[in-house]
Amino acid sequence: MSEEKKTILKIEDLHKSFGDNEVLKGVSLSLNKGENKVIIGPSGTGKSTLLNNVNRLVPPDRGRIYLDGEEITSQNINKMRQEIGFVFQDFGLFNHLTALGNVKVGLTKVKKMDKQDAQDLAMEELRRVGLEESAEQYPAELSGGQKQRVGIARALAMQPKLILFDEPTSALDPELIGEVLNVMKNLAKEGMTMLVVTHEMGFARTVSDEIIFMENGYIVEQGPPKQLFNNPDTERTREFLFKLTELYGEGDE
Amino acid sequence: MLGGALVTIRLTFFSLLLGLALAIPIAFLQIYGPKVVRRFISVYERVVRSIPLLVILFLIFYGFPRAGINFPAFAAAVLGIGIRSSAYQSQIFKGAIQSISGSQMKAALSLGMTSLQSFKNIILPQSIRIAIPPMANESAIVLKDTSLAYALGVIELLRQGGYIISTTYRPLPIYLAVAGVYLVMTLTINITLNKFEKRLKIPGIGIEERVR
Amino acid sequence: MEIFDLFIEAWPLLFKGVQLTLLLTVISIIAGTTIAIFLALGKTYGPKYVKWPIVVFIEIIRGTPLLAQLFILYFGLPPYGLNLSGFTVAFIGFTVNCSAYTAEYLRGSIMSIESNQLRVAQSLGMTKWQGIFNVILPQALRRVVPSWTNEFIYLLKYTSLAYMIGTHELMTQAKFFASRNYEFFKVYLIVALFYLVLVVFFTNIFSWVERQFKIPGFEFEH
Repeated sequence: MSEEKKTILKIEDLHKSFGDNEVLKGVSLSLNKGENKVIIGPSGTGKSTLLNNVNRLVPPDRGRIYLDGEEITSQNINKMRQEIGFVFQDFGLFNHLTALGNVKVGLTKVKKMDKQDAQDLAMEELRRVGLEESAEQYPAELSGGQKQRVGIARALAMQPKLILFDEPTSALDPELIGEVLNVMKNLAKEGMTMLVVTHEMGFARTVSDEIIFMENGYIVEQGPPKQLFNNPDTERTREFLFKLTELYGEGDE
Repeated sequence: MLGGALVTIRLTFFSLLLGLALAIPIAFLQIYGPKVVRRFISVYERVVRSIPLLVILFLIFYGFPRAGINFPAFAAAVLGIGIRSSAYQSQIFKGAIQSISGSQMKAALSLGMTSLQSFKNIILPQSIRIAIPPMANESAIVLKDTSLAYALGVIELLRQGGYIISTTYRPLPIYLAVAGVYLVMTLTINITLNKFEKRLKIPGIGIEERVR
Repeated sequence: MEIFDLFIEAWPLLFKGVQLTLLLTVISIIAGTTIAIFLALGKTYGPKYVKWPIVVFIEIIRGTPLLAQLFILYFGLPPYGLNLSGFTVAFIGFTVNCSAYTAEYLRGSIMSIESNQLRVAQSLGMTKWQGIFNVILPQALRRVVPSWTNEFIYLLKYTSLAYMIGTHELMTQAKFFASRNYEFFKVYLIVALFYLVLVVFFTNIFSWVERQFKIPGFEFEH
């Protein structure tokens, strides 16, 4: 648990519908500085929509979201997005830029940082995810795991207050998942505030401070991993965790 | 102006027909022919596609008579436009044949179909889907290019417009109207094509086409 | 006259013509491509009142013969006091024509870019248009190169139509020359050779340039 209890992210009563399909039916949660929370739940229950609502890539219908005490609105969104890292399931690397270029582009084009400073910082972030040797390679030349690590470095370079991970390992071949999870684990250790949607039970169990179980647009239950795994409040949570563990294994971490 | 439009349509039709008649054997020879023939054909395509249509038309209409071969303007236009179109149409057919040969035929035969049945049930339905959209596109291109027959004195749509102007002295409205008639004709081709494509569309079947 | 002697004799005139042909092609494709970028972006990302005029413009230009467009400008405008030289008309006509076709190629290549790239750019704090200029356009322009080089070749060939509106490009010079000595067949054969050489030359130049600019993931297909 983090020593500082400063709230970084606060979500209040979030609603979102796509046509007749109400995906989020009033979701509230908060995240303190340095905390790492994992959202789990069956597919189609609004986990990704929740993350996309936070940085308004998909704007919510109702509800309020605060970053470090300041409400995120359509007016300040471009500034807010600089402070919220986002890691995509399908990596979302810019294919015309090298790994280094991908990490740098937000710094030079959005933060208007000096070219050399941006270069140094970007190299530093690539080193952090163990990819300084691939700096000059293009996305087409990288493996899936490397691509996702570049994606994480790109988010990190913006020096965000919070990083949102949207199923960061779901598009990866099994043997490549480990390298990405390791990077994420290190970030958690370093005290990065993270909200992670994932099916990786091992990660949820050993790294997260809290697991949030979502289903049908609601948060069914949330609490420390031990509690959810060993002594959940609802039968539904137990069933789901059991199934997930069957499917993805205990995760020996 | 209707007369001119009819000449334009006739020019388009005969040029496409000549192009087709040349393109089909060219396409087959280019795939199945001996190496020398294949090389000769790619040179033919390259050359025909590299020379402006106007130069081809002038060669035929003004050049050939020097060698003792005389064509009336209409025939020279059809010959020139047709030859040029053949170099593009052959690509269409080559693509259509290549994209469905080989394993498709084998698969059909393995089901116990005769080769005729295979061709009718498997190869033809696919190759038509592949060839029709670029052919419609080619028709629109040929239609626009028939305007170059103007330069040989063929009284097609554009020259007909010129004649009307010489009596009315109102070039802008007349040429705009001429352009309008062309637009209606090309749009008709495109809209028909779109309807056809929607009805016949199968994901994954299609080849690239030239656009002008 | 032997074709070789004819070639020697025709060279000065034809060379002058080739220069104009190339000048017309190059300035038209530069102007046309510049306009095409705005057309393609407007058609793809613009609001309705920007998009629809562009759609109509592109369809009209692509649906009518280039020669008719040149005639409208060359013969249609003088009665209204607008006397443009053949060269100006050719430049405007080719530019407009090229812009409509190139806009369509460019739009196609914009549409072929993974749909999430713009979202990713926005997640870094870029505005929509920052994302379009920094992320979408650089990729789209790379992908459009093969179509664009084709467009260059088409335009090079179609500049021969400037002959019809009194521009002294290659075709016109050839006609002058041929009407002096009546060697129509041989002169036009030489002209055909000129174009052939030009097309082959530029095709090779472009594929060389493409190789220089190639980056992994953007292999050009022809």
